[in-house]
Amino acid sequence: MAVDILAALGREQMRERPEFIPGDTVRVHVIISEGGRERVQAYEGTVIARRGAGVTETFTVRRVASGVGVERTFPLHSPRIERIEVTRRGRVRRAKLFYLRGLSGKAARIRERRRDA
Amino acid sequence: MAADKGLLARKLGMTRVFDEQGRQIPVTVLEAGPCVVVQHRTPERDGYTAVQLGFGPRKLSRTTRPLAGHFRKAGTTPRRLLREFAWADALPEVGSDVTVEIFRAGERVDVVGVSKGRGFAGVIKRHHARRGPMTHGSKYHRRVGSLNAGTTPARVFKGRQMPGRLGGRRATVAGLRVVRIDTDRHLLLVGGGVPGVRGAYVAVRPSKKAARGGAAKA
Repeated sequence: MAVDILAALGREQMRERPEFIPGDTVRVHVIISEGGRERVQAYEGTVIARRGAGVTETFTVRRVASGVGVERTFPLHSPRIERIEVTRRGRVRRAKLFYLRGLSGKAARIRERRRDA
Repeated sequence: MAADKGLLARKLGMTRVFDEQGRQIPVTVLEAGPCVVVQHRTPERDGYTAVQLGFGPRKLSRTTRPLAGHFRKAGTTPRRLLREFAWADALPEVGSDVTVEIFRAGERVDVVGVSKGRGFAGVIKRHHARRGPMTHGSKYHRRVGSLNAGTTPARVFKGRQMPGRLGGRRATVAGLRVVRIDTDRHLLLVGGGVPGVRGAYVAVRPSKKAARGGAAKA
C-alpha cells in the first residue's frame, strides 16, 4: 500500500511525453528564465541514455556544439520542459550509447530506424 | 521555543517532487496521522503538560488488558504506538484526532525515528575510518588501526572507536523542510531523508534548532 501511494504521488506529477528511445534524435524545448524573463530554448541532439522510472526518470541528450561535445540530462517529467519533439528514429543495439563519446564525425553516425522494431 | 506540537507518522519511502521553479526536490513521504489523543499530562497530576498521541492499528486480541483499558478510557480502539508531545496551544480533546493540518508547508521540523540496523559493523562503516590498500601486497584492508601508544599509557583510553553494533537506535534528523502536505491522504512530504526503513514509525515535531533561529538546511 505504501508503494501505491508513492506511485500515485509520482503519477500526479507526470506529464505527457512522446515515446522515444536511445538512438533517437530529439528536440527538447526547455523553458529558461533569464533576468526575470522566461523564454523557450530548443536543444537538439541524440538520446544516449534513459534511466529510472516514474517521475524520477531522466534522459541524456548528446550533441556536438561548435566542436565540443555537450551532454545534458533532463528529468523526463520536468515542468521546465515545455515539450519534446522526436525528429529522427535511430537504430542502435544497446540501451546506453556512451560509446559515442569516443567517436566523432562519420563514426558517430546512427542508422535510421525504418519500421518500428 | 517553537509552537510545541507533534505527530506520529509512518515512513512510506522516498521520491522526488518538482517545486514551482521546476527544481527537483528529494522528499520522504510520511503517512502522518491521524493520531488520536489518548491522554493528557497535566501539571496537577503529572507535573508537566503534554499530549499523548496514539497511531497505527493494533488488534484488540494483541493488546494487553491494562493497555486495552487505557485506550477504552480515551474512547478509541487500541493503537500501535503511543508517544507524548509537548503542546503549546490548547490541548486537543482526549479521543479527538490530530492530523497533518497542524503543520504547514515551508515549516521546519525534526523527525525522530529508529535508524536502519546495520548489525555488527566494522570501523570503516561505523566510524568512517579509512581503509588500507586493497592490493599491492597489502594485507591491511579494513582492519582496526592502532588503539593507542604502547608502554605509556599501557592501556586503551575509554571511547576508542571500535567495531560493534551500528544503527537500530533512536536517531533524530533536525531542521527538515515540510515540502508539501496532503490533507486528503494524510501525507507529509519532508525534504531529505528520515531515519529508518520503509514502514518504520517516526515522530515529527517542530524543529528545535529553527526555533532558536539556527541555520536550517534543505
